[in-house]
Amino acid sequence: MTLLTIDNLSVTIHGTPVLEGISLTLAKGEILALTGESGSGKSMTALALMCLLPRGAQATGRITLDGTDLLTQTEAQLCTLRGRAMGMIFQEPMTALNPVKTIGDQVAETILIHEQTSRPEALTRAAEMLTRVGLPYDRFPLSRYPHELSGGQRQRVGLAMAVALRPKLLIADEPTTALDVTTQAQIIDLLEGLVDDFGMGLLMITHDLAVVSQMADRIAVMQKGRVVETGPTAPLLANPEHPYTRMLFTAARHHVTLPEAPPPQPLLQVTNAVRDYRTGTGIFGRKGHTRAVDHVSFTLHRGERLGLVGESGCGKSTLTRAILGLEELQSGSITFDGAPVFTGHRANLAVRRRMQVVFQDPYGSFNPRHRVDRLITEPFHLLEASPTGALREKAIADALTAVGLQPSDAAKFIHEFSGGQRQRIAIARALIIKPDLIVFDEPVSALDVSVRAQVLDLLADLCRQMPLTYLFISHDLTVVRGVTDRVMVMQAGKIVEDGPTATLFANPQHPYTRALIAAAPVLPDLAESLTDA
Amino acid sequence: MIAYILGRIASLFISLIVASLVIFMVVEVAPGDPAAFMLGVNAKPDTVAALRAELGLDVPKAERYLNWVTGMVQGDFGTSYTYRSPISKMVAERLWVSLPLAIYALILSTLIAFPAGIYAASRRGRIGDLGVMAATQLGVAVPNFWFAMILVLIFAINLGWVSAGGFPGWDKGFWACMAALTLPAIALALPQAAILARVMRSSLLDMLDEDFIRTARAKGLTEGQALWRHALKNALIPVLTILGLQFSFLLAGSIIIEQVFYLPGLGRLVFQAITQRDLITVESVVMLLVFAVIVVNFLVDLTYAVVDPRLRARH
Repeated sequence: MTLLTIDNLSVTIHGTPVLEGISLTLAKGEILALTGESGSGKSMTALALMCLLPRGAQATGRITLDGTDLLTQTEAQLCTLRGRAMGMIFQEPMTALNPVKTIGDQVAETILIHEQTSRPEALTRAAEMLTRVGLPYDRFPLSRYPHELSGGQRQRVGLAMAVALRPKLLIADEPTTALDVTTQAQIIDLLEGLVDDFGMGLLMITHDLAVVSQMADRIAVMQKGRVVETGPTAPLLANPEHPYTRMLFTAARHHVTLPEAPPPQPLLQVTNAVRDYRTGTGIFGRKGHTRAVDHVSFTLHRGERLGLVGESGCGKSTLTRAILGLEELQSGSITFDGAPVFTGHRANLAVRRRMQVVFQDPYGSFNPRHRVDRLITEPFHLLEASPTGALREKAIADALTAVGLQPSDAAKFIHEFSGGQRQRIAIARALIIKPDLIVFDEPVSALDVSVRAQVLDLLADLCRQMPLTYLFISHDLTVVRGVTDRVMVMQAGKIVEDGPTATLFANPQHPYTRALIAAAPVLPDLAESLTDA
Repeated sequence: MIAYILGRIASLFISLIVASLVIFMVVEVAPGDPAAFMLGVNAKPDTVAALRAELGLDVPKAERYLNWVTGMVQGDFGTSYTYRSPISKMVAERLWVSLPLAIYALILSTLIAFPAGIYAASRRGRIGDLGVMAATQLGVAVPNFWFAMILVLIFAINLGWVSAGGFPGWDKGFWACMAALTLPAIALALPQAAILARVMRSSLLDMLDEDFIRTARAKGLTEGQALWRHALKNALIPVLTILGLQFSFLLAGSIIIEQVFYLPGLGRLVFQAITQRDLITVESVVMLLVFAVIVVNFLVDLTYAVVDPRLRARH
């Protein structure tokens, strides 16, 4: 039975078209995945369904939910539909809840807004719904505030608010993108359970094709504001027809081949590294310690590509900061080519200038007021004598060429580049002083699949061109699998497993590694026809 | 929460001690002899010596500091040299004018600013918003003494509702005093209200762009409900900060308004003490004002914790 029909929906914002002729249907109890790269209009479609488009947006066409044409409803009528007939959860669990209201109040509000009922009654029902989404009352009392919960728990609260009145339609906008893989798997399970229990239709918006393949009944692929292909999940995955869909699927399954690593010769040695953080206040509060890095030891060899995986809060970032000399250890040592990373309480500059780092966020890691030449020559200040004149020009040109950009790009500002190009510039910035070690901190996590594939290709290319040693940090197992020779798995500050990439993935030993690999959604292999194409 | 309050109290005392040291050093340790300074260049040496003894300047500095602080703690601010009367008594009289005036102005300012700011935010970019913004722009730009003179012209001279200035004293009855303070309070409140309304509006607009407002709208709340139930409490922190600063300013900074309305307030006391080189009075009144500012900031800090549960948890 059709629950939702979108017929020729178009949206313009201040006259600029953002959605063009979207037509989709969703049945009761069905999961429809809306997928595509950033900017394709997925979220805009969701907001159009909720009639919560931004200011200046104009929607035309027809959206029929259970017989009601949403676009002709008044704002007052829409307010009675939102939350009751259709609910929505959002991507960012950290900001989607009101920080100054308790979770009980926030869930009960959905009920109180729509039904004539008493507050105690609404709170009782909120407690039931929170229990249903996996936050039992005895461990998560209604008086909790959002900041007392983890990301996954907050997403459960968001879900409880959205489904408190058992709406017919649930829209989930990238609900698991900000979560760790094991948490993601739990939320996906929960969503599927709720769809079954309540007979809801679920419109699941996600860029992650592996998630799509795992849970969707049908898929709609969007590109530049249009739906380019729709169909049942299995056939569409096996045999996509539209070129964009094919490109997307190929990119998601993209594998790179690394050249052979040279024979082991230690470069970076971490021995029994320990880093504690003090928690609680100084004078009056309880004092406590969190051990972010707990007796970590490993060796990174010259020419080796080492991966470090683990969930958020496992200590990856602290360890990275310690390696880069940004964070002092309480005990243990880190040496680079035999020299300590720290001399006294300061980073050892002689070592520091032989390491570079590439960060996750291609938008936040550049000063928007500087031109590219200045941005990528920033590491020069680490050198005793930085090159000037023609030498400097050549270094800039070489670095930009190495990452597939033009030397003429040096005169541009960072806003003139896309996310993928920015990440290339970040790599150029790291390469320019020819470091012995590059630390990649989630370098492709913020990128679309097609761009991600290009950046990973670039990495493999660079490995062939120059003796590159890197530490690749990521929460994404698929990516790590492709670009590393060896992987370390980190949990609660400890390295729980360490081994050659192929062996570790084929035959994980530690229960945590097994859990991680099991939780990570995997895109099924392509039909032969596509692989050849 | 307890830890947070204890932490704030500790910081309160540390601030007070540091402030008292700084004030003491500036006045007494600065080059030149306070007694000689107060008497002027033509004073005879024996007159200066006599004043030094009278002011207690002939004992060591550390002891003098301790005497000064313990005196103040017990309510003894010393004796004014020019007025020949206890400073604590003069300050208390003035405070009975300045403190009610500051509170009155603050209440007026809040009563004007909150509705204006909330209204403007709810009408973002529309004519109502523009109107409020234009009015507040005017309120910020026009000096308060000019407002004061206009108010006197209209309500005291033309309409004759209240007197143009002066203060009857609290023994003449509550309402008589309130009537005398009304025009000064309005004159003080308007520019403050203009600033506060702008802060309220921009803080609310920031909150209205937050994700949790979108979540609230998706639950079925109207724009107005989302603003009142979710944005307002979150928007209060910057507003409270400004309110705290304004109260401190109103307490001591209203000297021009006190002059216009002929009010015997703290501002005029400080002004007179400075022009008459009455260093002991200046020192004590400044310390008192610093005390007021620090206490108000402490109260603002406590209100933060009431508004925002994250602050309670973090400390």
